[in-house]
Amino acid sequence: MASYVFARLLSLCVSLIVASVVIFTAVEVVPGDPASFMLGMNASPDAVAALREELGLTGSLPERYLSWVGGMLTGDFGTSYTYRVPVAELVAARLWVSLPLTFYAMVLSTLIALPVGMLAAARRGRPADLTVMGTTQLGIAVPNFWFAMLLVLIFAINLRWFPAGGFPGWEAGFVPSMTALTLPAIALALPQASILARVMRSSVLETLGQDYIRTARAKGLSQRQTVVRHAFRNALIPVMTILGLQFSFLLAGAIIIENVFFLPGLGRLIFQGITQRDLIVVESVVMLLVFSVILVTFLVDLAYAAVDPRLRRRG
Amino acid sequence: MRWPVSLILGLALSGVFVAAALLSFFWTPHDHETMAIADRMLRPGEGHLLGTDHFGRDILSMIMVGARTSIAVAIVAVGIGIVVGVPLGLLAAANRGGLVDEVVMRGNDLVFAFPSLVIAILITAVFGPSAVNAIIAIGIFNIPVFARVARGAALPLWTLDYVMAARVAGKGKLRISVEHILTNIANILIVQGTIQFSLGILAEAALSYVGLGAQPPTPSWGRMLADSQTMIALAPHMAVFPGLAIVFTVLGLNLVGDGLRDILDPRLRRAR
Repeated sequence: MASYVFARLLSLCVSLIVASVVIFTAVEVVPGDPASFMLGMNASPDAVAALREELGLTGSLPERYLSWVGGMLTGDFGTSYTYRVPVAELVAARLWVSLPLTFYAMVLSTLIALPVGMLAAARRGRPADLTVMGTTQLGIAVPNFWFAMLLVLIFAINLRWFPAGGFPGWEAGFVPSMTALTLPAIALALPQASILARVMRSSVLETLGQDYIRTARAKGLSQRQTVVRHAFRNALIPVMTILGLQFSFLLAGAIIIENVFFLPGLGRLIFQGITQRDLIVVESVVMLLVFSVILVTFLVDLAYAAVDPRLRRRG
Repeated sequence: MRWPVSLILGLALSGVFVAAALLSFFWTPHDHETMAIADRMLRPGEGHLLGTDHFGRDILSMIMVGARTSIAVAIVAVGIGIVVGVPLGLLAAANRGGLVDEVVMRGNDLVFAFPSLVIAILITAVFGPSAVNAIIAIGIFNIPVFARVARGAALPLWTLDYVMAARVAGKGKLRISVEHILTNIANILIVQGTIQFSLGILAEAALSYVGLGAQPPTPSWGRMLADSQTMIALAPHMAVFPGLAIVFTVLGLNLVGDGLRDILDPRLRRAR
C-alpha cells in the first residue's frame, strides 16, 4: 500500500510541475511582453516599464517561474493588477462559492445516478430501463447552461420558488446560501447524472454476469439482495473513475453556470480577468483549477486502492 | 443488414441541421443580420416562424446560419484530433513501452488534468476570443482522445497472425501501421469521431455563450443564448429555440454514434 501511495504521489507532483510550466509558458512567454499586453496598444513606454518592474518581469524566465511557483507554495499568488489586492484574497472569497457549488452538484448527481443506474440494470430491457436510457440520452445532449436558463424561467420567474440569481454570502446564513446554489447545482448535476447513471448501469450489468453473482443467487439470495450486496460494491470501480472525471467537468461547468446565476465565484473572476487583461488573476486561477483536478484524480486513485484490494497488492 | 433505429433517427435529426446549415448559404427565411426594432421580440408565428430577437432579427434564420458556425468549429476540431492524435496513437502502439508510447500516455494524463474549458480560457486569455481560437482549444483536447483510442485499439492487433505475417514478409512498422492497423481500427475511430463531433458542438456553444467563441456579427447558438438571458422573462422563445437546436443536433449525433457502433463493432453485435 505504501509503495502504491508513493507512486501516485510522485505522479501527482510530476503532473503539477508540468502543468505549472505549461501555464507559465502560455501566459508569460507566448503573448510577448505581459506588461504591454495588459496595458494595451496605446500605453506609454514609461507606464509599461513601471508595470514590468511591479510585476517582477525584469528577471530571467527561470527566475520568474521559480518566484511564481515559490510564491504559490507559500500562499502568495501575486497582486491583481486591476483590483490592487492580493490574488489569494480574491480567490479565497470566490472559492467559497465555486467549491460548494461543485460539491453540491456532485452529491446530487451521485444520489440520483447510482440508484437510477442500478434500477435500470436490474430491470434490463423492461420499461423502467428503457425510460432511463431514453431520458439519459436526452440529458447528455442538454447543455448545462441552457438547462440552467430553463430552470430560472420555470422555478424562479414563473413559480418563484428560488431566486433567479445572486448569492447572499455565507454570513447571511446556511439556508439562504444553499437555496441560492440549488438551481445552479441542479443545472450542473442532471446532465452529469445522465452520464453517471449510464456508466453505473453498464457496470452493474457487467458484474451481474460474473460467477460469484450466480453463486449468490444459487445460495438463495433474492435478485434484490444480490444487486445491493454483491453487485453494487464491485460495480463502483468504473463509476469512481467517472466520478473523478466528473469533478473536473463540474468545476469547469460551475465556471459557466456562475454566469447564468450571477454568482460571485471563480468563473466570474476568471472572465473579468480576461476582459480586463489581468493576466496574473487568469494565471493563478487556471493553476488553481488544474491543481484541484489533479488532486481529485490522486484522491480517486487512492480510493481505488481502498475499494479494490487487488490494486493495493499490485503496488 | 438492417440499420439500427438509433442510426436512422440520429441521421434524420442531425441531418436536418446539416441541411439547414447548407441551405443557409443560399436561402434563409429572412436576412439574419437585418435589424427591425419595430418587430423586436415577436412571438413565434407572426411572419417569423420562430419569432424575432431583441433587435427584431429572425430567429430561424439566425439558427440556420449559426448551425454553420457550430458544425464548422466542431468538424475542424475533430479533424485536428484525428490528424495529430491518430498517428501518435499508432506510433505509440507500434513501439509499445518505448519513448513515444511513454510520452503519448503521460501527455494524455496531463491534458486530461486541464478541463477543455480551462484550456480554452487560457488560449483566449492569451490570443483573444475568436472562432479560430475556439477550434484550437477544442481541437487540442481531441488529440489525446484520439491518440488514446487509436493506441488502445491498435495494441491487440499487433499480436494477431496477419500482422505477424506482414512482419515476417518484411514490412516495416510504419507500413504495417498504415496498411493493416489503421484500416482495421477505422471503425472505432469513426464512432469516436461522431462522439467528439457532438462534444465539440456542446463545447463551442459553451465557449460562445461566455463570449470566448465566434465574435459578432457571426451568429452562433451559444451567443444567441447569452443574448437571450436578460430577456428571458419577456421573450422565452429567444432562449428556447437555439437551445433546442443544440440539443437536437447533439442528440442526433450521439444516436448516430450509438448506431454506428452497433453496425461497425462486430464484438458488440455478438454480445447483444
